[in-house]
This record gives sequence, structure tokens and C-alpha cells, in this order.
Amino acid sequence: MICLELFLGFFKVGCFAFGGAYGAIPLIRDVVLSCGWLDDEALTYMIAVSESTPGPIMVNLATYVGSSQAGLLGAASATLAVVLPSFFIILLVIVLLKGWSRHRYARAILQGLKSCISGIILATGLYMLLQSCIRWGAGAAIGLRPGGEESYGIWSLDIRSLAVTVLAAGAFWGSKRWSKKKLSPIGLILLSAGLGVVIFYGG
Amino acid sequence: MSKDRIRWELFFTFMGIGLFTFGGGYAMISVIEDICSRRKGWISHEEMMDMTVIAESTPGPIAINCATFVGYRQAGLSGAVMATLGVVLPSFGVIYLISMFLDDFLEIQIIAHAFKGIRAAVGILILNAAVNMLKKLPPDPLPKVIALCSFAAMFLADLFCVDLSSIVLMLAAGAVSLVFAAGRACAGQKGGDPR
Repeated sequence: MICLELFLGFFKVGCFAFGGAYGAIPLIRDVVLSCGWLDDEALTYMIAVSESTPGPIMVNLATYVGSSQAGLLGAASATLAVVLPSFFIILLVIVLLKGWSRHRYARAILQGLKSCISGIILATGLYMLLQSCIRWGAGAAIGLRPGGEESYGIWSLDIRSLAVTVLAAGAFWGSKRWSKKKLSPIGLILLSAGLGVVIFYGG
Repeated sequence: MSKDRIRWELFFTFMGIGLFTFGGGYAMISVIEDICSRRKGWISHEEMMDMTVIAESTPGPIAINCATFVGYRQAGLSGAVMATLGVVLPSFGVIYLISMFLDDFLEIQIIAHAFKGIRAAVGILILNAAVNMLKKLPPDPLPKVIALCSFAAMFLADLFCVDLSSIVLMLAAGAVSLVFAAGRACAGQKGGDPR
């Protein structure tokens, strides 16, 4: 049963994952959070692991979520589901619809999808950064975040997380300006892991 | 060379590609081109360029798209299956192994701290991907408006814990874009615009 849910969830992701590796992250986040398979924190960790292991990020995330929910069978169903749509769509494109992407209306729809997904990715990235820097304290009355009663609380800045974020962002975007070579994604992940170990030490 | 041998060669070649390319996406395209086009001569440089365009306009990981395409070209449907399986299997195996140990791993405090730091890196990488995509949007106003509206809708929904499906948002954006294109075409016809 859970395998069927995994299959359907990731099949949906596979059908709509336009815009490369990062285009799939908001979709996967949607499915995973709404089905309660992982929380935001676990998902973030897993994105980092997927980025630093070989293979497409989407496939890696599907395998991990599937395995965390239902072992080997779950991993297989989620992975198969995320791969199948692109497999069939490519076959369709090769066999039947050679020039389809040059058609005016097809291009218009694609452009709409891509513009939308870039906005969604921006929102997801920003929200994930915000979430790692802000702690929701319990017990107070002002809530920015209506949800359950318990989620009301004062928010406080997590200074250590903010420091890691600022330093890592500075190194990532600064490296392009100061040296010729931009820090690679894996380089950035290693750097921020190191920063985490140093800055959260004793915390 | 017999068909069977081609199939296995496809399988193992793409397994190698799956095993040794980190980061996914565009990092894989250059490796695939190097191996399939320059070394094996399976597809031409032009076909590879076409493939990149197709991969960009279809859903799914680019590596999968390329594997299916090359496999089909070399050995038909079974070739497509073998190449796709080959490119997926390594990451499947690696991640499956990691998934068994990650939770225990996170119990170690120093690792937990490292992963807390990594959250920042993930946010930055996602932001960076978004900025790169936004820069590539065409200059007319409609895509920019759609991107801005999608951003605002998604960010507010996240902030206030509203359940907004990104797929629904994407379908709406596709529909809006189609309506505008159709409208423009009608206006063009009426005004005698030869476009």
C-alpha cells in the first residue's frame, strides 16, 4: 500500500519535473511533506547527500524517501516511478513528435512552466534558508505562523545558523569574484559542514 | 557487433556515467557527450545539442533523457531500457546503502553539527539554481510576471503553512502562457501581422 503511494507520489514528480535537478526539489518537498514521509530538516540533509553522491538528484531523493518508508521495495517503486515518465516521454519524442518543441503553442506552455518553476525554486530556496536561521520559540502569543495552536510562538534568530549562512554565501558568491573558479557545489557543502562543526561546537 | 553485445555495452557505459558524475544535471551532459559522442561515436555533436534542447523541454533528469535517447538510437527499445537502467542503478545502490546508515550517523554529535551547517549550503545551492534560471528567461514581460507571481504565491504559502501544490501552480502558469500566445496569434491575424 505504502509502495503504491510512493509510486503515485513520485510518478507525479517525474511528470512535472521541468527545469533540471533543482526543478524537482520543490515538487518532491510538496509530496514528501504532505504525505508526512520526511520533515523539512531531514529533506534538507538528504538533498545535501544527493548532491554529494553520484547520479541525478531526483533519482537519489526518490530512492532515499522510498527506502526510508518501505525498505528495498519502497526504494524500487519510488525510483521506478520517478524515472518512468521521462523514459516514455523521450521515446514519444523520438518516435512521433520530432519537431514538437518548435511548435508555437507547445513553446508557450513550456515557457509558462519554466517561468513558474523558476519562481517556485526561488521561493523554496529562500524559505529553506529562512527556516534554518529562525527558531520558533514556544509559549508566546505573537505568531507569524498560523497552523496548530502549538505552532504559535515568538520567533528568534538563530545567530549561529545565520553566521554559517552568511559565511557560506559569501564564500560561494564571493569566490566567483575574487578567484577565477567558482566554488563547486560539493566544495560548498564541505565548507559549510566544516563551518557547522566549528560554529555549533558546544552549542 | 551483435545486438546483445551492444545492449550490454550500453548498460555498462551508462553505469559508469551514473557512477562517476556528481551533482547531476548539466555536469552529466558534458560527460555523456565526451563518452557517447567523442569516444564511442554513438551520436553526433549536433544530435547531442538537439538532445540538450529536448531534455530541457521535457520533465525528468537530463541523464535519464540522454540515456534513453542514446540507447534507443543504438538498439531500439531494449537498448533504451538497458541504458536507462545502467544510469540509474549506481545511484540507487549508493543511496540505498546510505539510507540504512544515515539516521545512526546523525546521532554522532559532530556529524549532526556538520549537517546543521550543510542546511545553509543546500539553501544557497537552490537559490543559485533559481537565479540562473531567472537570468535565462526571455526578455518579454509575461515570463517575468509569471515567475514573480509564482514566487510570491509559493513563498507566502510556505510562510503561512498553506498547502499549495506546485503542480497546480505550474498548470495554471502553462495555461496563462498558452492563452496569451493564442491571444497574440489572434491579434496578429486580425491586424494582418505576417508572423
